[in-house]
Amino acid sequence: MTERITGAQALIRALEHENVELIFGYPGGCILPAYDPLVDSDIRHVLVRHEQGAGHMAEGYAQVSGKPGVTMVTSGPAATNLVTPLMDAYMDSIPMVAITGQVGTAAIGTDAFQECDTVGITRACTKHNELVMSAQDIPMAVRQAFHIATTGRPGPTLIDIPKDCLQNEMTWTWPTDEEVLASLPGYRPNVKGHARMIKEAARTILASERPIIYAGGGILKSRAADALRELAELIDTYVVTTLMARGAFPDEHPLCIGMPGMHGNATAVTAMQKSDLLIALGSRFDDRITGKVDSFAPDAKIIHVDIDPAEQGKVRRPDVPIVGDAKYVIEEIIKEIKSLLAAGTVQADTSAWKSKVSGWREQFPMTYEPAEPGAPLKPQYCIEQLSDLAPEHTIVASGVGQHQMYASHFWQFNEPYTWLNSGGLGTMGYSIPAAIGAKAAKPDSVVWAIDGDGCFQMTAQELVTAAVEELPIKVAVLNNSYLGMVRQWQEMFYDERYSGVLLDQKLPDFVKWAEAMGCVGILVESPEEVGPAIEKANSINDRPVVIEFRTDASELVFPMVPAGQSNDELILHPTQQEKAGELS
Amino acid sequence: MTAINLYDGQVVNHHILSVLVQNRPGVLARVAGLFARRGYNIFSLAVAPAESSGMSRITIVVDVESTPLEQITKQLFKLIDVIKISELDPRSSVERELLIATVKAPEENRGHIVELVNIFEGKIIAVAQMVLTVSLEGHPDKLDDFEELLGGYGIVELQRTGRVALPKIDRGTRGHAAKQFPASSSSSSSSTTSGKAG
Repeated sequence: MTERITGAQALIRALEHENVELIFGYPGGCILPAYDPLVDSDIRHVLVRHEQGAGHMAEGYAQVSGKPGVTMVTSGPAATNLVTPLMDAYMDSIPMVAITGQVGTAAIGTDAFQECDTVGITRACTKHNELVMSAQDIPMAVRQAFHIATTGRPGPTLIDIPKDCLQNEMTWTWPTDEEVLASLPGYRPNVKGHARMIKEAARTILASERPIIYAGGGILKSRAADALRELAELIDTYVVTTLMARGAFPDEHPLCIGMPGMHGNATAVTAMQKSDLLIALGSRFDDRITGKVDSFAPDAKIIHVDIDPAEQGKVRRPDVPIVGDAKYVIEEIIKEIKSLLAAGTVQADTSAWKSKVSGWREQFPMTYEPAEPGAPLKPQYCIEQLSDLAPEHTIVASGVGQHQMYASHFWQFNEPYTWLNSGGLGTMGYSIPAAIGAKAAKPDSVVWAIDGDGCFQMTAQELVTAAVEELPIKVAVLNNSYLGMVRQWQEMFYDERYSGVLLDQKLPDFVKWAEAMGCVGILVESPEEVGPAIEKANSINDRPVVIEFRTDASELVFPMVPAGQSNDELILHPTQQEKAGELS
Repeated sequence: MTAINLYDGQVVNHHILSVLVQNRPGVLARVAGLFARRGYNIFSLAVAPAESSGMSRITIVVDVESTPLEQITKQLFKLIDVIKISELDPRSSVERELLIATVKAPEENRGHIVELVNIFEGKIIAVAQMVLTVSLEGHPDKLDDFEELLGGYGIVELQRTGRVALPKIDRGTRGHAAKQFPASSSSSSSSTTSGKAG
């Protein structure tokens, strides 16, 4: 039996077959035909206010739900507006499928209205993309896009569909798994690590006297949080969780020593530097972690577990490279360690190391000085209060800058998939749309966006989407009137010559702006107001809430490793600087 | 890796990558774009359909150190359309290239040029009053020599194809000399690289 339907109908049906519940999109000329069958579909369409917002919503949705986020927009400017979220998703390995309209096949290459070379432009910011040239090819293109986005190292894919391919009829078919695999002979991600290397990893771990587990975003991608915990407890080893992995291992766990890197806490940074073995699990030795590579963890052997072979040796040569899925490999390493222990191998004595690290942790907690009476709020205090008052399973999305670091430092992350941020690309404006996507995935969870005043002004219009589409997120704007992180660098490294960083002390009026977008707006200026305002926000569920916290512009993020310097050059919080010698 | 002495005396470290790809629109742009993004220069490039239908083979000559080459090979292999990558060792590969050139050939030089073409076993493919168009197929080194000698007579226009290469047939045993990627389903320490690549 052959069923003739249009390419547009085939597209929507293919998305239904891929179990898509939600599309974040924005219609326009070339994608118009695809919006017609959407009327008859169960798939919910969230109409955004800017295509960039659609992309970040898809990212937020994907990270919280574990399913690929889907965005659909038209050609030309809509496609170029997607470039930022596509690159963001590519850097942070987020599964996402973008569908873009394209001018009709006959018009391609003629500089037609709203034409752009979408596959050309997005080639460097997608895991794979494809220009479909026939209605008949649409189901296979969709299957390939979802398969590639969600397997191996996840990432964004894009399907560019000319308008006539959406309008033309095709014979409906749904490709089988075998057909999909046969169509992609060059794509076979390796899930299972090399057995000999897994054995070697187990032996190396048991022989180490100063091990550290360096857990990255790959833990979350492979749903390996439980396996990570089992491994850490089995070998009784401290864990650092990178910015992409906050929540992958509970902050409250006695073995958690927090975030490493440029703004990592002193214990995590120093423990990595002094370790004799880094067990890198789904982490990629990003420059924000290593600082100056030549002097990064100089005595450490490296076990590197990553599903992407290109990460092995890209930055630091591993002693034990294992290409595979983090969950699978960690579970195999656990089995191997258990059988070695059962056969009489004794784990090296790590007690001296453990007491040293726990000493650092006591001496060098994350810290800040409380605000003087009448002075502006401390941003760290606002984050602490938000975290303390957050209901269970609260999800936090942050923008990029000082507030992102404060959020990572002072929010207690005890559950995986509760922290969203733009780690790799550092996209200002990420938090509001990402939070909306997260809320769409988990409507019963409270979702906070923690934003700076700079970030907020990049994508705030999506709060209209949140209000209209009944996705009531909450936004905490830490308003210090400055681009805080840039200001910090100018203060520390450019002789306090502030250039292009003062936004404005009066404008915009965040409360009025929030109200104009259908949100509740609350202004908080003194410490006593902080808790009640947060409690009020948490109690409102029928519309979004924006709290503007007026914070201290002179506050700096510490600790800090200046860019390009060794992690040994860590600058501590001023109140801890005199004890710096004890970090050795 | 081999140090190739170009006709102008410049020595470059060359690697030959033979990349089997699915013959789909944009595949060359993907491969070339990846080189550009990582800041590596393609020395020569030859693309044509390969033995099986739907496949093309791209022969890329790159001048890089061996460490970043490992990284770029891995990055190339991440492209969905790339099926196999072989790094060919020039000592155990056959390499060929084609050169055509139009050279100034006034009467007093014409005999010398014809002689030179004959020595190199090239061909004269077009003759005019003052110029000749000649062709030579062979090992790229031989083409380098020919080009250098031809240069003395005044080259009007010259085009080389870029090299194509295949592993030498090993008559003794099965298999051949190409180092393939990935070496196995999982990398061992010997197939990883040290140093930093961007």
